[in-house]
Amino acid sequence: MTDRIAEREETAVAAPRIDWIPILLTVGVALVALPLIGSFSTWMTLTVAALAMGMIIFIMASGLTLVFGLMDVINFGHGVFISVGAYMSLLVLWPLTGWVESPSIWLNIAVLVLCILVAMAISGLFGLAFERVIIRPVYRQHLKQILVTMGGLIIIEQLLHVFFGGSPITIALPQNFRGGLAIGPDIIVERYRLIAVVVGVIVFLAMMLVLNRTRIGLLVRAGVENPEMVEALGYRIRRLFVGVFVAGSALAGLGGVMWGFYQQTLTVGMGLQVLVLIFIVVIIGGLGSIGGCLIGSLLVALVANYTAFLEPKVALISNIALMLLVLMWRPQGLYPVVKV
Amino acid sequence: MPDPLLTLAGVHTHIGHYHILQGVDFEIARGSFTVLLGRNGAGKTTTLRTIMGLWRASRGTIRFAGEDVTARPTPDIASAGIAYVPENMSVFSGLTVRENLVLAARAGKIDAARLEWIFSLFPALQRFFDSPAGTLSGGQKQMLAIARALIEPRDLILVDEPTKGLAPAIVGNMIKAFREAKNAGATVLLVEQNFKAARMLGDTVVVMDDGRIVHRGAMAELAADAALQQRLLGLHMEQHA
Repeated sequence: MTDRIAEREETAVAAPRIDWIPILLTVGVALVALPLIGSFSTWMTLTVAALAMGMIIFIMASGLTLVFGLMDVINFGHGVFISVGAYMSLLVLWPLTGWVESPSIWLNIAVLVLCILVAMAISGLFGLAFERVIIRPVYRQHLKQILVTMGGLIIIEQLLHVFFGGSPITIALPQNFRGGLAIGPDIIVERYRLIAVVVGVIVFLAMMLVLNRTRIGLLVRAGVENPEMVEALGYRIRRLFVGVFVAGSALAGLGGVMWGFYQQTLTVGMGLQVLVLIFIVVIIGGLGSIGGCLIGSLLVALVANYTAFLEPKVALISNIALMLLVLMWRPQGLYPVVKV
Repeated sequence: MPDPLLTLAGVHTHIGHYHILQGVDFEIARGSFTVLLGRNGAGKTTTLRTIMGLWRASRGTIRFAGEDVTARPTPDIASAGIAYVPENMSVFSGLTVRENLVLAARAGKIDAARLEWIFSLFPALQRFFDSPAGTLSGGQKQMLAIARALIEPRDLILVDEPTKGLAPAIVGNMIKAFREAKNAGATVLLVEQNFKAARMLGDTVVVMDDGRIVHRGAMAELAADAALQQRLLGLHMEQHA
């Protein structure tokens, strides 16, 4: 008998690695919306807009989910790195107005890339200081984390007020990113939304590459599951925490640039405004899961866009309702990360 | 004891308000296989976690290879040459078997000959090398946890109840693996409730009760003395026949 048990143990079959159900669910939501909307071109416009919005939310949320998962830190200050990133793009946009208005697509791309690099660098530096001064003293103290990170958010927001003023700032999209692009008969999508999708896909692929193909990525994935065991293997998890926090802040800064161009208006509170949405995405996706974060972002954006078109009043609660339904189905989120 | 590899002197550990270890003293000789026995709640797991720095000793000294490691952070203790296999295995479920082993190999890559040796001890790991560790059975996870400790030569291996809840045939494989590790020169400190397995492996035994060491000596002595077993461990003859 025991030998038979042992034999069964020896021959246990490995389950497939990819859980397709949440992916199919996202595709299913889009397909179900098509007959409800009625017009293919409208559906396509809404879907591309949702993909763009979803990708920007993903960029902003991906750092937070890793910080949540790896460090067990509830960082309500994450939103301010979005605002910082968006405002730092002004440091590029103001002196390089000529590049923004240039008919050259290369200069337009260059100005976007410069905005992204500057925003990521400065948001990352803010993140480094934020981790040292605000997060480090309150590791493992969730209530205090909420309070001090909110406090940190308010302080940095006020600093932005001091340097950039309290009024909203309008920014212009680079010349070639304006207007729509016909991708089929009666189907026109905004160019910038396509760019946002491309940037989001690049960020996702880069993150997957780092997480799955590098030793640092291996450590991050292991650390999300069981930081204590990572330390017992001889790795300094605290350094990893700092690195992930800085990377998460830089990604939020990148998201801020993309979100700023999306709205074409910058306000100091713009990060805080999307923070609730980001938390919903992180919870739906599963704390610490990058794949879950992507699917969660797309799902939230698709549901928000479709309901806004079909039943605007329902759109106000669509994200909360979606989170409720997902958590009733999978209480740990779409892609739960096993924590020990 | 000449040149002990590990020395615990008057080690106390508090967890919250609880005073778990209350002056633990023992030494482990280089190349020895020491079994730490004791009833549930005696402080065996706490002892291993305190050695690893996962819980801090509130008093006393822990010396490893002549160095005081009492206040050192866990990564430094691990890097000094101690491998740890915790009671709950703690394999990284989302990582493949290969990735779990790569992470444990601090050098960055796995030595091929060493990997072959591990596969010869645990053939299931070869079969599921690229499968996520979360999909393995309980026994296979335990094999992986031990393989992680063996993937590189370590001066000391701390193992916490590896046979707990496993089928006897798998326990047999594990005993074989530990014997080979011992023959290869590893020093092992094993916490074990299964006295039969402990008797087959250990050459030295340390018995704990209520956070203190109540007995230390040769395993052969304890194995031959049923009355001592009864007194120290509450064992009856039929439990380890």
